[in-house]
Amino acid sequence: MEELEVEGLRGFWQSRRSYVKAVDGVTFKVYKNEIVGIVGESGCGKSTLAKLLIGLVEPPLQYIDGKVLIEGIDLYKLPEKKRRRINGEVISYVPQGAMNALNPTKRIIDLITDIVKEHNNKYPKEQIYKDATKNFEEVGLSSDVLNMYPFELSGGMKQRAVIGISVMLNPKILVVDEPTSALDVSSQKVILKLLWKLKEERGMSMVFITHDIATVRQISSRIIVMYAGKIVEIGKTEDVIYNPLHPYTKMLMSAVVSLETEIRKRKIEGIPGAPPDLSNPPTGCRFAPRCPYAASMCEKEPPLIDVDGDKKVACWRVIK
Amino acid sequence: MYASAFLSVVRKSLNLLIGLLIFLSIITFSIVGIMTAKHGPLEMVDLENLPPSPQRLLGTDSFGRDLFVEVSFGILNSLRIGVMAGLIATFIGIVIGATAGFKGGIVDEILNLFTNVILVLPALPLLIVLGSYLRIRNEYFLSLLIGIISWPWTARAIRAQTYSLKTRDFIDVSRISGLSDLELIMLDILPNMLSYIVMAFALQMGGAILSEAGLSMIGLGPTDIVTLGMILRWAYLWEAVRRGMWWWIVPPGLIITLTSVSLLLINIGLDEVFNPRLKRG
Amino acid sequence: MLLKVENLIKIYESGFLRRKQIKAVDNISFTVKDGEIVSLVGESGSGKTTTMKMILRLIKPTSGTILFNERDIYTIPKKEYWRSVQAIFQDPFSSFNPTPFYKVDRILKLPFKLLDKMPKSEMEKRIKESLINVGLNPSDILGKYPHELSGGQMQRILIARCLIVGPKIVLADEPTSMIDASTRAIVLNLLRKLKDNGMSIIFVTHDVSQAFYISDRMLVMYRGQIVDEGPVEEVVYNPKHEYTKRLMKDVPKLYERFEDLK
Repeated sequence: MEELEVEGLRGFWQSRRSYVKAVDGVTFKVYKNEIVGIVGESGCGKSTLAKLLIGLVEPPLQYIDGKVLIEGIDLYKLPEKKRRRINGEVISYVPQGAMNALNPTKRIIDLITDIVKEHNNKYPKEQIYKDATKNFEEVGLSSDVLNMYPFELSGGMKQRAVIGISVMLNPKILVVDEPTSALDVSSQKVILKLLWKLKEERGMSMVFITHDIATVRQISSRIIVMYAGKIVEIGKTEDVIYNPLHPYTKMLMSAVVSLETEIRKRKIEGIPGAPPDLSNPPTGCRFAPRCPYAASMCEKEPPLIDVDGDKKVACWRVIK
Repeated sequence: MYASAFLSVVRKSLNLLIGLLIFLSIITFSIVGIMTAKHGPLEMVDLENLPPSPQRLLGTDSFGRDLFVEVSFGILNSLRIGVMAGLIATFIGIVIGATAGFKGGIVDEILNLFTNVILVLPALPLLIVLGSYLRIRNEYFLSLLIGIISWPWTARAIRAQTYSLKTRDFIDVSRISGLSDLELIMLDILPNMLSYIVMAFALQMGGAILSEAGLSMIGLGPTDIVTLGMILRWAYLWEAVRRGMWWWIVPPGLIITLTSVSLLLINIGLDEVFNPRLKRG
Repeated sequence: MLLKVENLIKIYESGFLRRKQIKAVDNISFTVKDGEIVSLVGESGSGKTTTMKMILRLIKPTSGTILFNERDIYTIPKKEYWRSVQAIFQDPFSSFNPTPFYKVDRILKLPFKLLDKMPKSEMEKRIKESLINVGLNPSDILGKYPHELSGGQMQRILIARCLIVGPKIVLADEPTSMIDASTRAIVLNLLRKLKDNGMSIIFVTHDVSQAFYISDRMLVMYRGQIVDEGPVEEVVYNPKHEYTKRLMKDVPKLYERFEDLK
């Protein structure tokens, strides 16, 4: 069964004179107990997508249309109140830079209490403490941390605390946006192991949003590649990395640096040009202006189609 | 095209709009008064102590002078002193604040000490003491006097801004391109603070107008021209309150207040325009 | 030897009476030859940025010497030194002065302060040449404002700025960490090309993979000290120090998963 199903999701940012079409028709599924990586460069819409997945839609962000089905429930057909309860209890979100957004004047246990009480006023204090201790143990933090202030914690500890807080109410799905970008390499590994552990032990599904492919591939089973507000490729992690189908994915894999000698000997290649302006996106394939294989058929926008079983690509060349 | 630019600025700040309106009204008042005057402000032209009438819009004072013309010229001169003193104070504030903030270390400590001493000195008594020593009290001396007392607030603000700017990368880039400290301050730091400097000037000018009024009212005003403060002094000396001559006191007093307030509103408004806060939802 | 750093120490003191001492750089020594790329790899707080700023003469060392072509850099007039040693910094956007009426042309005109006076036409010619050398089209760049350009373009402009004076060494502090992968490759390849033209580069970064791709030699810094150094493949595949061993194990690779996450 699908834990999360997204269909034709569109969300735009309203600026003074126009709409920035950050997420423009996105369709994918996340199955039970899997980690899916959403990969793309800045401006591709992945962070906006994260907000749309949990219904965190405040002006200037607007939900336009499309479905987000969480365990079968259509998120955007629910009344606002119910939608807010889902956030934290069924699906939880750790935004980019969350570890630096912790209220510096409150202790960790107070932050947790605030969040928990918003969902369930009757949650007794001792129970909160007990559950928090248990959750924090799972993420590898001692209960001492609960009585500390954010500035007393290191970067890695803060991120673990944030993740620990986000799973307090036992959500089935966790959406994390760049959870490791601001950390040093060893802390990054700790977080990756932690997310893996949560998935295995709690049977959770995760959506891991990042620009760093080498990091997400450590724990993802499938990868979704986004470009200019659309999905261009979906496939198993190894397939996307070793056998990318979409020209953008291919060029992206050739641009990645990694600690492997083959890459050092072979040259990495950049992608000249820049992504399109999403307040006025081109009709047709959005990658065509930068694509070395662009042809006249690319003037019509390619659909995201199943290829070879479990892969999906949005490129006329491949579809043929 | 200009209209839309003006509208967009104004939409950001009601304070700026109101402040500008008040300020411009006062200037217009003054211009009208000066241009329609058929005589100088200090000439005796009519009977004394006349209340306002269609011919004498603000009546006359105890010297038989036309108050409408007096006040109009008074606005002009008060503003001139305000501008000059404001410029002097802003200039000193920039020099001291930027130097202290940029050089840091012992230079900063010394200049800070100096700034704090000036800050702590009671302004009015000091102005009184210094003012009473001046033989000639013309508008230039007065502006200088007010200017060299009131710069500390500007210096503090400029120093703080300089401190935060000097650690930025673009300063390092200019440094390794061979720019001297003075060039760094003039070309890299100050241009970034233009909005701040304009705001500081507006504040300094507002304060200077009040200072001038205060000095004039106690008899240390300029000896050769009419300012709003001087009008109030004469009103006081000739017991205008006791004699019920509100038209001698209220107009100049009100205009002094409004000018200062309008400059304050302009300062707040400029802050809203240059440093917009993120709007909520 | 192009650059020699000997026993460099930088201590920061904090607190008025508490006299707390932080050794940001703790007695390091290394050399840089002509035409080589040396990377200074370390996490935040390792002292690598402080070291770079000391070599750039932006921070004064507490003790130790830095020799450029066998001359103590503090005996060389600043303008002469900076003709030979230049730098680019991490955030391209903050390297441009945000004053609203400053165009990007300004930053390209700055370094002429280090050179002898020359006619305007010569200046314009050099600016255009340096832009072409970094793969940018002058007509796309000149006359624009910083916010009209992408991070990758801005960073390349900043490299062009360095090239105008023809330096022997360019220090680069995390030059690609704020740029997307697709443009990152362009900038890294550009730096490699500069080395092929005889320049030396000191590449300061926390990203081991990037350092691995681009450098000849790698220096690993930890808590202010150099704990490992040598040819890059040796340091990466045969680390000697415990910290380096752990660091190399923890770097995620593209073509394989961590052992314990399989």
